[in-house]
Amino acid sequence: MTLKAQSAQTTETLTNQTDNLVQSSAQLSYTRAFMLVLKRDLTIAMRHKDDIINPLLFFVIVITLFPLGIGPEAQTLSRIAPGIIWVAALLATLLSLDRLFKSDHLDGSLEQMLLSPHPIFLLVLAKIFAHWLITGLPLILMAPLLAVLLHLDENSYGALVFTLLLGTPVLSLLGAVGVALTVGIKKGGVLLSLLVLPLYIPVLIFATSAIDTAALGLPYSGQLAIIAALFFGSLSLAPFAVGAALKVSTN
Amino acid sequence: MWKWLHPYANPEVSYHFTNKLLPWLSALAAIFLSIGLVWALLFAPADYQQGHSFRIFYVHVPAASLSMGIYFAMAIAAFSSLVWQLKLADASAAAMAPVGAAFTAIALITGAAWGKPMWGTWWIWDARLTSELILLFLYLGVIALHSAFEDKNLAGKAAGILTLVGVINIPIIKYSVDWWNTLHQGSTVSKLGKPSMSLDMLWPFIFCFIGFSLLVGVIICLRFRNEILARNSIRPWVRELVQQNTTK
Repeated sequence: MTLKAQSAQTTETLTNQTDNLVQSSAQLSYTRAFMLVLKRDLTIAMRHKDDIINPLLFFVIVITLFPLGIGPEAQTLSRIAPGIIWVAALLATLLSLDRLFKSDHLDGSLEQMLLSPHPIFLLVLAKIFAHWLITGLPLILMAPLLAVLLHLDENSYGALVFTLLLGTPVLSLLGAVGVALTVGIKKGGVLLSLLVLPLYIPVLIFATSAIDTAALGLPYSGQLAIIAALFFGSLSLAPFAVGAALKVSTN
Repeated sequence: MWKWLHPYANPEVSYHFTNKLLPWLSALAAIFLSIGLVWALLFAPADYQQGHSFRIFYVHVPAASLSMGIYFAMAIAAFSSLVWQLKLADASAAAMAPVGAAFTAIALITGAAWGKPMWGTWWIWDARLTSELILLFLYLGVIALHSAFEDKNLAGKAAGILTLVGVINIPIIKYSVDWWNTLHQGSTVSKLGKPSMSLDMLWPFIFCFIGFSLLVGVIICLRFRNEILARNSIRPWVRELVQQNTTK
């Protein structure tokens, strides 16, 4: 009797221990899985540098086209500079979105990722974060330089950088939903812009208005707060949509 | 409580149900629309400020509100198809998208036709106009995604996800466009203020509104029926139906 009780106790403690072990390893593997996916995507990007450089070049070239089309008057340019920079940023992000899931889908690693025991939310978030590091961050670093070319108002530089810092992750997150939906389609590129661009409108509106407000010397924290709200909203919701869409696309 | 709903998950049952529903809906739509439109276009008093051009209102406002209503209906269908895996909900969402897009386009075109005599321009970047235009883009995105997939089931799921993402975004877009407009434009053109409508004008409007809603119901039922047939074309009951019709 006592023996039985003892053995029951030992098995209980054993299962408790294994539970703890599983829990701790799961906790460990959450961050590890995130870091692994992030590292993998960054390594791949580093090996294909044109993936980083081409959207950036596109961004620069589009912005230089506007003064040529509109005329070199500093006043006009500084009036439309926020809009031009932000629209060019939208388009550059759109161009770079394709690489988010396409090659992984083609070589089958996307399916393996979906089959892995880790939550898709996490893996998708890691991929999107890597995408932002590769495409969003260089854009932010480049933007003030191009703002000089467009005679952006001196007060607006801070607003420009802050809105890009909060806004480009939103672009990556929302864009990921569109890419995930179109990744299985052969001619997904044009369709992608149709799906994603309407969703980008709020970011565009609040970002340009923040920059305009800053040019007048007024506080623009309200607009920044709204972009931050958009950021956190899409951060918490978009990965779910991406996961569901990837499951549809990979069937 | 939901037991009565279960049989309609079967395509055959809902096909015959829409068959029974259609004559009633079309008759009611015809009655309401003919009464409403004749009353509105011929007998309702002209507006004291806008004259007869005000009568576009009777087409424009129902189209505009239906364009939004259909999107929400589509989102509900998409949600139930994604959560409960109802294939027919997919079919209904697919049936609704082009109708919604058409009504959005009607709202925009009648709005432009109304804007020309009233505001002196076909288009202004007014908040409402802009958000209606964006709604049209969202519809077109859903339709394009539908047609991009070969497999209808996959297309339905993908379009469903997009519809739900869109429905979360619609209030945000609407709000941001309102905000953008008040910031950028100021009141150069004062919008048509809500005049407290006289009953002579209100009654034909109610008739028109109900009539257009019924018309939407009829069109969606027709398209829904077609979707069911197209998706179940290998099923025996569809073949029987076709044979019956060809022998007639």
